[in-house]
Amino acid sequence: MTALNRHRALLDFTVAALARRRVKTLALVAVFAAVVFLLASAMFFAASLRREAEATLAGAPDLIVQSLSLGRQTMIGAEAVPQLAAIRGVTGVEGRLWGYFYDRINGANYTVMVPDTAAMMPPPGQVILGEAVPRLRDFKWQGTPLFLSRREGDLVRFDIARTLGTETALLSADLILMNEADFRSFFNVPAGQFTDLAVSVRNPRELSTVVAKATIRLPEARFVTRADIARTYQKLFDWREGVMVALAFVALLAFAIFAADKASGLSAEEAREIGILKAIGWDTRDVIAMKLWEGGLISGGAFLLGTVLAYAHVFWAGAPLFAPLLKGWAVIYPEFRLTPAIDALQLGTLFLLTTLPYAAATVVPVWRSAAADPDAVMR
Amino acid sequence: MIFHTPILTLLLVSALAALVAVWSAGFGISVLRHWDLSSGARGQLLLERRTELVSTLFALVMAAEAAALFLFVFNADRMAALFVGAMCAVGTLNANGYGFPALYGQIASFFAAAVWLVLDHVDRLGRDYPLTRVKYAAVLVIAPLVLLTGALQLAYFLNLRSDIITSCCSKLFTPANAGISDEMAAVDPALALAALALAGGLVLASGVQALRTGRGHGLFALAGAGYFGAALLAMVSTIALYVYENPNHHCPFCILKPDYGYIGYAFYLPLFGATALALGLGAVSPFTARNSLRTPLPAVMRRLTLWALAGFAAYGAVTVWVIARSNLILFG
Repeated sequence: MTALNRHRALLDFTVAALARRRVKTLALVAVFAAVVFLLASAMFFAASLRREAEATLAGAPDLIVQSLSLGRQTMIGAEAVPQLAAIRGVTGVEGRLWGYFYDRINGANYTVMVPDTAAMMPPPGQVILGEAVPRLRDFKWQGTPLFLSRREGDLVRFDIARTLGTETALLSADLILMNEADFRSFFNVPAGQFTDLAVSVRNPRELSTVVAKATIRLPEARFVTRADIARTYQKLFDWREGVMVALAFVALLAFAIFAADKASGLSAEEAREIGILKAIGWDTRDVIAMKLWEGGLISGGAFLLGTVLAYAHVFWAGAPLFAPLLKGWAVIYPEFRLTPAIDALQLGTLFLLTTLPYAAATVVPVWRSAAADPDAVMR
Repeated sequence: MIFHTPILTLLLVSALAALVAVWSAGFGISVLRHWDLSSGARGQLLLERRTELVSTLFALVMAAEAAALFLFVFNADRMAALFVGAMCAVGTLNANGYGFPALYGQIASFFAAAVWLVLDHVDRLGRDYPLTRVKYAAVLVIAPLVLLTGALQLAYFLNLRSDIITSCCSKLFTPANAGISDEMAAVDPALALAALALAGGLVLASGVQALRTGRGHGLFALAGAGYFGAALLAMVSTIALYVYENPNHHCPFCILKPDYGYIGYAFYLPLFGATALALGLGAVSPFTARNSLRTPLPAVMRRLTLWALAGFAAYGAVTVWVIARSNLILFG
């Protein structure tokens, strides 16, 4: 018999044997699948958050220049703009106006911003709102104005030009877009002052050279590149995922111990089966191969089931079990759907991480039962 | 940076491998000292039984190590985004002094594991376990290698700090730099391709010879090892240029990136597989005359030789395809 035929026969026998112990097999697969589900959910969720952050940052400026005073960020003067624009390779420098506003009514922090495109610029006295702001303020009808109170006895009225859709919610949920003049008077920002400067560079490979030159011209400033921000997000999500996986791995270890225990305490029926097989001429090797097939089928099935369930949990249901831990928390939180981001690295890692401990835990008990003498097993 | 899922997985694999290697080495010593197939003593019976367990465990762990080698490189490539200056796996591996030694250790463990698996497979063919002593002597060599690789990997991951600036591949694989990588990059493309073709011819000749006569597998193994070296040399000096369509980019790792359609795996999977088989055949070749192996062994060796030849041919075919498809003109 060729090796392939031998394994086909063994596989055939194993499937039949597993079907005979249907309830026990299904219970084992279900518990194993639950552990895989836990690990896979954490990995999928973190990966799609990373992807989301990457996609979001694609639109961020190449370089952000901030002014520092006493180690804290302060407003930057407009005189820095021509100094930066004069650097070769810089295609544009724009002063940005943005800040945070604490809403005392509901305890939320809004991001207030002056848009950089004319199309998004609201007329004087009006604002454009992110989707969560009217929701949080409980605006019942169209045309309700937005009243913002900076201190006791102060009330500033803005009419709502329009509300942004949910498709950009991850970025714009807490956003209030204002006209420049309104912004300066609302926050009391003198003319010629900006929150920070956004610099665009023609060739991204020259970014470090541009930063080096800019540091000489503005020694007090802080330079944040898009890659810096992206890296920080990556690390943050990686770390959170790692912690979750490490926690879930404890569950996996517990399962491995359970599986080892289960495999070493053979039921009378299984022991008889092995005894008969050996009595009719099966080799220890055949029994081990059969038992390894059994383990392979169980872990393969559990891996598939757990992964598919995790996919549904994360990408269809929005990961209700893990979202608070991995996303972070805020009063004002965007509603968003995750885009599936799965690759071979993730699946390979998950497969090794889940099936290897199971295989390692069951090999010794499998060998012990397979190597025993037929009469000893059946006795 | 240890809280990174692929890193945790890699550490799990090497911890398991180290555990199994140490235990198998301990068992190997008792096999070398007490193995006596003619004896019917209880100790011998126990040893015989236990060899089944060690074979199964070792095979399992070695298969996991092979998967871990690819995971290690794949992950290094993915983590490049976390290091300033890194653009592919090279930057990540260069982030501290343990990265490349850990990779080399993994590659060495992979080949050692493959040789051992072939020995094990052949040993099981004979009724009287003809290669048991050889196999367990080999475990005593492999175990320290596995431990060393695990230690290097742990040191690498524990010392991985993302706030350093690392060098990218264009810095390492350039003729203007000192070191083996740049010497490989500086080799004349025509010479490198000629060496690859020559090595291919030798592999083919020794392989066909081995298939025909059932002998000369040691020579085939040597030719395979030579082909492996020539293939890596040609990759750095010439093939990479064709893949990137850039006469100055020599990196053998960037071809693993999705930007190039993961074509690197089409090169490396057959190359590593074929070389491992060739080395395994070489390791088995001194034992073809053993009585119990005379009947079953030739068919197995024939099959393994054919697989190895197919792997080497696949590398050559992908090379030809890449060069034919590329818009880069290096000659003429």
